[in-house]
Amino acid sequence: MTDQMFPIITKGLNHWFGEGEARKQAIFDVNLSIEAGKLTILMGPSGSGKTTLLTLIGCLREVQEGSVHLMRQELNGAAEAKLVLARRKMGFIFQAHNLHESLSALQNVQMGLEVHGAILSTKRHQFKEASAYLLSLLGLADRLHYLPGNLSGGQKQRVAIARALVGNPRIVYADEPTAALDKESGANVVRLLKQLGRKRGTTTVMVTHDNRILEMADRIITMEEGRIVDDKTIGGQ
Amino acid sequence: MTAILARLLGRMPIGWLQLLHNKTRLAAAVAGIAFANILVFVQLGIMFALNTTVLLPYTLLDADIIMSSADSNTLIGGGNVPRQRSFEALSVPGVASAVSLFIGNVDWTRDDGNTTNLQVLAIDPSQGAFVVPEIRNKIANLLLVDTVLFDRRTRGADTQRLSEISPDNPLKFEARGRTLTASGTISIGGGFSSDGYLVTSDQTFLRLFNSRIGGAPNHILLKTDPGADVDAIVEKLRVLLPEEKLKVRRVLDAAKADQRYQTTERPTGLVFGFGVVMGVIVGLVIVYQLLSTDVADHLKEYATFKAMGYGQSFFMGIIFEEAMILAIFGFVPGFIIASILYQILNSVTGLPVLMDVARPVAVFLGTIASCSISGAIATRRLASADPAELF
Ligand SMILES: Nc1ncnc2c1ncn2[C@@H]1O[C@H](COP(=O)(O)OP(=O)(O)OP(=O)(O)O)[C@@H](O)[C@H]1O
Ligand SMILES: [Mg+2]
Repeated sequence: MTDQMFPIITKGLNHWFGEGEARKQAIFDVNLSIEAGKLTILMGPSGSGKTTLLTLIGCLREVQEGSVHLMRQELNGAAEAKLVLARRKMGFIFQAHNLHESLSALQNVQMGLEVHGAILSTKRHQFKEASAYLLSLLGLADRLHYLPGNLSGGQKQRVAIARALVGNPRIVYADEPTAALDKESGANVVRLLKQLGRKRGTTTVMVTHDNRILEMADRIITMEEGRIVDDKTIGGQ
Repeated sequence: MTAILARLLGRMPIGWLQLLHNKTRLAAAVAGIAFANILVFVQLGIMFALNTTVLLPYTLLDADIIMSSADSNTLIGGGNVPRQRSFEALSVPGVASAVSLFIGNVDWTRDDGNTTNLQVLAIDPSQGAFVVPEIRNKIANLLLVDTVLFDRRTRGADTQRLSEISPDNPLKFEARGRTLTASGTISIGGGFSSDGYLVTSDQTFLRLFNSRIGGAPNHILLKTDPGADVDAIVEKLRVLLPEEKLKVRRVLDAAKADQRYQTTERPTGLVFGFGVVMGVIVGLVIVYQLLSTDVADHLKEYATFKAMGYGQSFFMGIIFEEAMILAIFGFVPGFIIASILYQILNSVTGLPVLMDVARPVAVFLGTIASCSISGAIATRRLASADPAELF
């Protein structure tokens, strides 16, 4: 078992919310190794800790107890500057699109690339072309210069997905990314993510309640009350 | 504009795009900053104009040293100086000549019924060396009793008529119950303490102010020998005439002290200084208000950018980008409107309210600094952008 094969490894991970009397444990002793290039799905009832786990292994929440090894880096006790750098190697797709209202679809996607530095205007031009290309792959070629306010929910979500994927992230975290999409485009998005995994070795961890997506998963982890209660690898690879 | 800014910043001009997205708020903020700029410009304009006017009567004098009573802060304020002191001063080697300077105020009721306050400067007309060459020959004419030189820039007066005054075309007017004849003009203009000036002989002065006596002028002016060490002479005079009795200063130093006093210790000066401070505060508050609401409105977007791997400096960059844009957008209309107001003030008050090069540069730098300070305070709100709360 090497780190390269498993970009995400947790050991004895516990997490609490609140202080004093109100302190409540949300994650209990999670030990998990997630394989590279695979689509891993997190399931479980509401409040079971899926989102909390995702933010912990996604560098968005400080690790309190236990260990999270993310691409050969320990997150427990890591400095903010290291976390900032680590986040650049990942893509997040949120349930809400969280697009910047003042930026066009294209500009929003460009922000996913500019985080790597865009001092040179030739570089910015490349970023622009790459962003436009990805948006057109997602069926938004004629919406590049629209502000989010003038896009439908599904279109916005596709822009957000393009923004997460444009930088070729090593890992993609998605929390119910298809909730705002219709059946067909939801399936398309997951197919795209899977394709990425196969071509570039991108690891995807996705929280979903959507049964139609489950059949595309390589692995399904089920959580209940902060613990992993079921862990199935599909296809036997 | 977006492309230019992108090139300039080396990144997406998020701040500019954010400002542009809410045009009403942008317009309100720009108007506010322009207003603050105008306030500062006008206050500075009047303050500097008044400052200049304090020095103007001194520019008529051609003397090296002025001796005034110990309590005198301005030309007209303070007690008198015994004429005796001029003889004592003349005993100091290097002091060449001395003359008494009398100062008083008269009210002149103009033809239109309004009253103008004139400050009267009087010396012995045979001592023409004590005034600047431009009016030396005019001073000689003042030997004739009840003749004066009239300030043709007198505030509120018919300047057309005043500028026509000449020995062939004199202006007769009443003051303190006497009929005076203006046979020539000087050019000073009104200031803090009067609307204009008259220059006359000591004899005419003593007739106008019959409570005053020739033995007690307001100041004594001294001229030194060519090439003499004026500072050393001032020192000697101070030893000879102790400070509790007399102030002995170079004329230039006295003028500057007068200016300092009138701008920092008299209410008029303070009011305008306070106006400048108010303008700066108004600007600071407006910019802070806009920037901090703007941060609050975009916390979710900033949290998303944080999740994407953008660091603190990126967000500070956005806020300062906005601060700079606001500073520039507010300054330009502020400067233009203030320049127009300067013209109006100039013609209405007769004060030399003028736009020089240094002032807009200083106000612009001040605007940039204020906007930066507001931006720096607004960045504190960034801490509440937490990417963990996004899912
Ligand atoms: N910021 C927070 N402060 C306090 N408690 C929290 C916070 N976030 C989550 N919790 C609690 O932690 C537990 C796990 O929440 P979490 O959001 O991870 O569940 P979830 O599986 O994502 O649920 P859902 O399917 O509804 O999104 C819940 O009991 C929740 O109330
Ligand atoms: Mg959740």
